[in-house]
Amino acid sequence: MGIKIENISKSFKKIEALKDITFNVNDGELFGLIGPDGAGKTTLFRILTTLLIANEGTASIVGFDVEKDFQKIRNIIGYMPGKFSLYQDLTVEENLKFFATIFGTTIEENYDLIKDIYIQIEPFKNRRAGKLSGGMKQKLALSCALIHKPKVLFLDEPTTGVDPVSRKEFWEMLKRLQQKGITILVSTPYMDEAALCDRIALIQDGRILQIDTPEEIIKHYPKTIYNVCADNMYKLIESLKKYTHNYNVYPFGEFVHYTDKRIDFNPNELLHFLEEQQLKNIQINKTQPTIEDTFMELAK
Amino acid sequence: MGLMKRFIGFIKKEFYHIFRDKRSLFILFGMPIAQIMLFGFAVTNEINNVDIAILDHSKDVTTKEIINKISASKYFSVSNYIRNEAEIETAFKKGKIKAVLVFEKDFSKKIGKENIATIQVIADATDPNTANTISNYTSAILQKYQQEINTTIKIPYQIIPKTRMVYNPELKSVFMFVPGVMTIILMLVSAMMTSISITREKELGTMEILLVSPLKPSQVIVGKVVPYIFLSIINAVIIVLLSIFVFKMPIQGSLILLGIESILFIITSLSLGILISTISASQQTAMMISLMALMLPTILLSGFIFPITSMPVVLQVISNIIPAKWFIIILKGIMLKGVGLSFVWKETLILVIMTLFFIGLSIKKYKIRLE
Amino acid sequence: MKEEAVIQVENLTKKFGDFTAVNAISFEVKKGEIFGFLGANGAGKTTAMKMLIGIYKPTSGNAQVASFNVYKNPNEIKKNIGYMSQKFALYDDLTVKENITFFGGIYGLSRSQIKEKTAQLIEELNLQETVNQLVGTLPLGWKQKISFSVALLHNPKIVFLDEPTSGVDPITRRQFWEMIYETANNGTTIFVTTHYMDEAEYCDRVSIMVNGNIEALDTPKKLKKQFNVVTMNDVFLKLARSPSLTLPFGKGVKND
Repeated sequence: MGIKIENISKSFKKIEALKDITFNVNDGELFGLIGPDGAGKTTLFRILTTLLIANEGTASIVGFDVEKDFQKIRNIIGYMPGKFSLYQDLTVEENLKFFATIFGTTIEENYDLIKDIYIQIEPFKNRRAGKLSGGMKQKLALSCALIHKPKVLFLDEPTTGVDPVSRKEFWEMLKRLQQKGITILVSTPYMDEAALCDRIALIQDGRILQIDTPEEIIKHYPKTIYNVCADNMYKLIESLKKYTHNYNVYPFGEFVHYTDKRIDFNPNELLHFLEEQQLKNIQINKTQPTIEDTFMELAK
Repeated sequence: MGLMKRFIGFIKKEFYHIFRDKRSLFILFGMPIAQIMLFGFAVTNEINNVDIAILDHSKDVTTKEIINKISASKYFSVSNYIRNEAEIETAFKKGKIKAVLVFEKDFSKKIGKENIATIQVIADATDPNTANTISNYTSAILQKYQQEINTTIKIPYQIIPKTRMVYNPELKSVFMFVPGVMTIILMLVSAMMTSISITREKELGTMEILLVSPLKPSQVIVGKVVPYIFLSIINAVIIVLLSIFVFKMPIQGSLILLGIESILFIITSLSLGILISTISASQQTAMMISLMALMLPTILLSGFIFPITSMPVVLQVISNIIPAKWFIIILKGIMLKGVGLSFVWKETLILVIMTLFFIGLSIKKYKIRLE
Repeated sequence: MKEEAVIQVENLTKKFGDFTAVNAISFEVKKGEIFGFLGANGAGKTTAMKMLIGIYKPTSGNAQVASFNVYKNPNEIKKNIGYMSQKFALYDDLTVKENITFFGGIYGLSRSQIKEKTAQLIEELNLQETVNQLVGTLPLGWKQKISFSVALLHNPKIVFLDEPTSGVDPITRRQFWEMIYETANNGTTIFVTTHYMDEAEYCDRVSIMVNGNIEALDTPKKLKKQFNVVTMNDVFLKLARSPSLTLPFGKGVKND
């Protein structure tokens, strides 16, 4: 069993950071914890990595209790905290060497595991970590978290502040690590990254909204969504909000995602209404819901 | 074996941090040298070539002789002869002179007839210390002169107090400052630098990774502290060498004992530094606490600058909990008096107990988790 | 009226030593437009933006911002623009009201103007309950909305937003974009720098910087069509040929 979380709650003074969280992560799974800043993702990660103790509930990593067996857990997990947590004044190689040493291993011993990732930054191994670009820092941090061949990998918002190309590369790296049998729990505020996980948990305000595979989560969206666009976005949103039958009106990039209260909704009625509002170039088309639509529906 | 390797790896990393940070390097090695030089040369209780003025109403043989004696001493230089009382004020206001010696009328005659004549010393007391010293030094010179003329004129009995300054016969203030400066620097380097370097890991988020590693918290702490023990010892050696070779201060006692006591005090300070780091979340807080809670009391209450015996009773009592007070007593004992452990065992024991207490408290306060 | 250009950039260049951070870029931004300024870390977008808001002096080229020249009148520019960044927005240890008063003050609003604006903001953002709370205690989404309003206090012609909605929950984020649409509709130009492509989808037009050059500039719709992809993210991935982006300038040096 990879990770087992049962009824975990945690409060800081008056603020309830986590409320009765329960879910499991299977062995070898790539599991995503998806939610905005302040949802409680980091707190949950810190409980699972033995850095914090929950007020209520239990959790275990490959069978070890996070509270009682914390020393054992610390030997078998890799952790990449949200902030860039390497020594800026040490070079790439010195950082990696340091983390290898404190875990009682060497770079050579586990080079296989990090090779794919480290090879990309190896040409800069004598550069100080503080002088690396965001994408490279992230690769170095991942190498350091992997250097002792952990069974479970915890990545807290690894792609925050990183550009799309590095993000893409990073997810490809995670997929490869997963194939090597490592269980991965990753958190992210970006809904579009959810589709890359085997299963996801949507989290907001310390509560789990839903847990399932990304496909199932989208499938359970209760309404039909229409992409609406027109020449003036501001007026379009205003008008749609005025439309008495609207269920949800959410701007979505160049479109507005519109859902109607009625089951027998006819898009032409809406088209007429919008034309009456002096809007031009109106288009209304059915579209597939996204994780973000589901998230908003659940979080409402 | 594996443990030792981890430990050495950790210490190596710590030295990288220290040697790559120009600022902390400066604090580590620039400060001790700058401070000792500053205290040695600039801040001093001695007077040297102080400008004085003379108002001589007699202008006879005796006054001439006395004036010659005074201007011949290295303490004073006579820069101004003034003619009447009214000019005294103006002379002071110009600011250059620190004292005026006034000889009364018919000085020689009075000595011959009445055996008594007076010299008035008017000193500028805006700086009370200097004023005091000036008046003491003039009296000393006059007393000496008196003795010289008294050998020719026999007076039946006279009690002459003879003061001998032991341990620091020349009253060199640098001898007083060396133990104080050494104490402050060891305190600063050990306590402030360790507390800052531990809190830096907290701030950077690297402490999180260290906690999640198999390293035990005690290993992390010892690993962070060991480099500073080395650096502090180097500092102590630099200070002692400077005082011996630059300020010609003889070390009377055993150098080995001095070394051991210094290491003891370094460990005391380090344990204070660790304690500070457990209660502060940022480098800034650690620095403020180190400065306010350690440096100030160390400077003010340890007897370094202000003698403890002249403090109000409350402060005298408080001074007992300042580790620096005991270390300064030990240092003065070894450096200036040349005493052995049998004379400073009590102070040493107090330091040992304090250290154990601080270490115990930090271990209790140190968290194996984030909260 | 809408065709009036409020930002005009011609061959704007910035060099640091022998390294060219921004290489002769040219573009125009119109009044009331939401303009997305995209690029990876180190692509030069931050440097370019700093020239536009009068913090950096360009090496060569020309730019007019709010009809003021970046060489001659950087101070006039600063008076006519607003700025909001994800990293720094408001003082956490001041209350909402104190923040408004402070920022109103540094932009030279009179006491009565500040009072009026404060009342207006309380009304618009429903701040009745929170106006005397410390900003630090508010949820992120609230802070973002308030700091956007604060950036608009002095009625600037252009507002520069730096990754305004990253990490904000999806619903608040949409409320935020609605505020932006409204502001743009009222004639204020919005200049968004970001490397989050989902933010880019909301802009009227976007430019994509790669290694100091603007490689593409058009509406998101046309760009997606041009590159024959579905999302702006894909447009970006196609433009920024790996690995040149993770190793910007091929040296891997962070320049932002």
